[in-house]
Amino acid sequence: MTMRRIISLESAGMAIVTSIVVVAVLAPWLAPHDPTGVAAPTFGDPGFPSRAFPLGTDDLGRDVLSRIIFGARISLIVGVAAMLMTVSIGVAIGVCSGFFGGAIDAVLMRFTDMMLALPALLLAMALVVVLRPSLLTVLLVIGLVSWTQIARVVRAETIAMTQRDFVLGARALGAASGRLIVRHILPNAMPTIVVMAALGTSGTLLLDAALSFLGLGVPPPTPSWGRMIEEAAIYFRTAPWLALFPGLAIFYAVLGFNLLGYGLLRRRAK
Amino acid sequence: MLAFIARRIVFGVIVLLGTSMVTFAIAFVIPADPAVTMAGAKADPQTLASIRREMGLDRPIYEQYARYVDRAMHGDLGRSYIRREDVTKLIADRFPATAILAAVAMALSMILGVAMGAISAARRGRELDNFLLVFSLALVSIPVFWLGMMLLSAAALWMHTLPLGGFSGPSSLILPSLTLALGSAGYYSRILHTNLSDALDQDYIRTARGMGVSRARVILKYAMANAMIPLVTIAGLDLAGLLSGVVLTETVFNWPGIGRLAYEAVFNLDIPLIMGTVLFAAFLIVVLNLAVDLLYSWLDPRIRLAQAQ
Repeated sequence: MTMRRIISLESAGMAIVTSIVVVAVLAPWLAPHDPTGVAAPTFGDPGFPSRAFPLGTDDLGRDVLSRIIFGARISLIVGVAAMLMTVSIGVAIGVCSGFFGGAIDAVLMRFTDMMLALPALLLAMALVVVLRPSLLTVLLVIGLVSWTQIARVVRAETIAMTQRDFVLGARALGAASGRLIVRHILPNAMPTIVVMAALGTSGTLLLDAALSFLGLGVPPPTPSWGRMIEEAAIYFRTAPWLALFPGLAIFYAVLGFNLLGYGLLRRRAK
Repeated sequence: MLAFIARRIVFGVIVLLGTSMVTFAIAFVIPADPAVTMAGAKADPQTLASIRREMGLDRPIYEQYARYVDRAMHGDLGRSYIRREDVTKLIADRFPATAILAAVAMALSMILGVAMGAISAARRGRELDNFLLVFSLALVSIPVFWLGMMLLSAAALWMHTLPLGGFSGPSSLILPSLTLALGSAGYYSRILHTNLSDALDQDYIRTARGMGVSRARVILKYAMANAMIPLVTIAGLDLAGLLSGVVLTETVFNWPGIGRLAYEAVFNLDIPLIMGTVLFAAFLIVVLNLAVDLLYSWLDPRIRLAQAQ
C-alpha cells in the first residue's frame, strides 16, 4: 500500500492549484476585511493573530488573511502569464532550432547556453530597473530570463520528431515548413510542453516572489505575497507571523505546480 | 583531448563576449545619466560635458563597447559611480565571503541531496521513497528568502548563540548556508534518484546482485559511479541558480558578499558595478563549467571519445 495508490502526485497538485484559483476568483467574498484599508485599531504595530484577525494584522493595521487572499490573484496572474511568455519564447526557439538545424540551431543553442550562464535573478533585477517596475515589465522580464530549459527540451523533442514517419511522409508530400511545424510537430510536442509549463509556473512564481521581495515586483498597493514578506522583514524578531503566512502561501502555490508537473512527467516516463 | 579543451575554451570566450554585450546593452538603455550620477543633480552643463568627454561617453557606442571589452580583459571593470572605487577591487574584496558561503552551501546540498536520492532509490516504490519524493519537491518549492527569514526568526527566538546576520566566523555560516542549500538538495536528490533508478535496471547490476553482492553495496559501489557523473554536470549548470540564491540569501542575512553588492548596485543604478558583477558571475560560471567538463571527461573516457568525433 503506497501513497501513490491512494492519491497521485498530479491529482494532489491539481487540487492545490484549483483551490488557489477558487480563492483568487472568490477573493472579494472570501476576504473578511478590505485588503488595502486599515481594519485593526493597532495602527503602527503588527497585531498578533486573534479571533477577528486569524493571521494577525500588519504594521498599517491591514488584515493579513485578506491580503493573502487577494494576493492569490496577482500571484496567479503573474505566475501564469509569465509562464505563457516563457513557454512562447522557449517553444519558438526550441522548435526553430530543432526543425531547421544547421547554422540556425548552432546560433540559437549557443545563445541559450549563454543565457544559462547568467544568473537569472541578477539579470531580471537589472532589466526591471531599466524598464521600471510594472505588471507588464515583470511578466516580460521573467519570460526573458527563464525560457532556456523549455527551449532545450522542445528542441530535443523536435529533433526526434523530424525523423518520425508521419513528418517525413508529410514532407515528402510537399508540406511547407510552417505547415509541418504547426500541424505536425507542435500538436505532438504538446504533452511535453504542458509538463514543462506546469513545472515552469513554479519557477515563475518563485522568481516573481523574489522580485517582489526585492521591491521590484508589481507596484503597491496591489497586495503581493513577496512584498508582504519584504514589509515584514523588519519585524522578524517581534512579529515573525507576519512573514510566516505569506511565505506559506507562496510555498503552497509553488508546491502545487511542482506536484502537478512532476506527477505528469513521471506518468509520461512510464 | 587537446582539441576538446581548446573547443571548450573558445566556446567559453564566446559566451563571455555575448554576456558582455548583454550587460553593455542593459547599461546603455538604463534611465540614468552616468555624468549626472557622478557629478550630482546640480552640476552645470560644462562639468557634465567634461565628465562625459573624460569617460568617453561622447564616443560612438561600438567604440565605447570595444574600450569596455579591452579594459575588462585587462582586469579593469571601471569605477563605481556611487562608491568611487574600482569595480575590480570591490568584487575582489567581496568575493571571499561569497565563495565561502557558496562552497559550504554546495557541499551541504550535495551531501543532503545524495543521501536522500540514494536512500529513496534503495527503497524504490516503498513508503520511504514516496515520502522523500514529496519531501524533496517541498524543498524545491520553498522561497529562499522566506526560508532565510524564518531561520532568522527562529534563531532570534530560540537559538541565542547564533549570530543574526553578517559574516563573523564559522557560526555565522550556519543559517545562510542552510538557507541556500536546502532547495538545491531537493533538486539533486530528484536527479540522483532518476539516475540511480536507471542504473539499477541495467544488466551489470542484476549480475552483481545475482552473484550475491548486497543491495547497499551494489548501490554505493556500482550504481552510484554511473549516477554521479550526470549529477556533477547538473550541479555545474546549477551554479547560475546558486548565484541567484546568493543574491537573496546575502540580502536577508546582510552577508558582505557579491550578491549584496550586486543588489545595492541595481538599486543605486551604479552601472559599472551592475555590469561588473553580472560579467564576473558569468565568468565564474564559465570557468567552473569548464573545470567540470574537464574533470569528467577525465573521469569518463566515453565523453572524451564522443566529443572527439
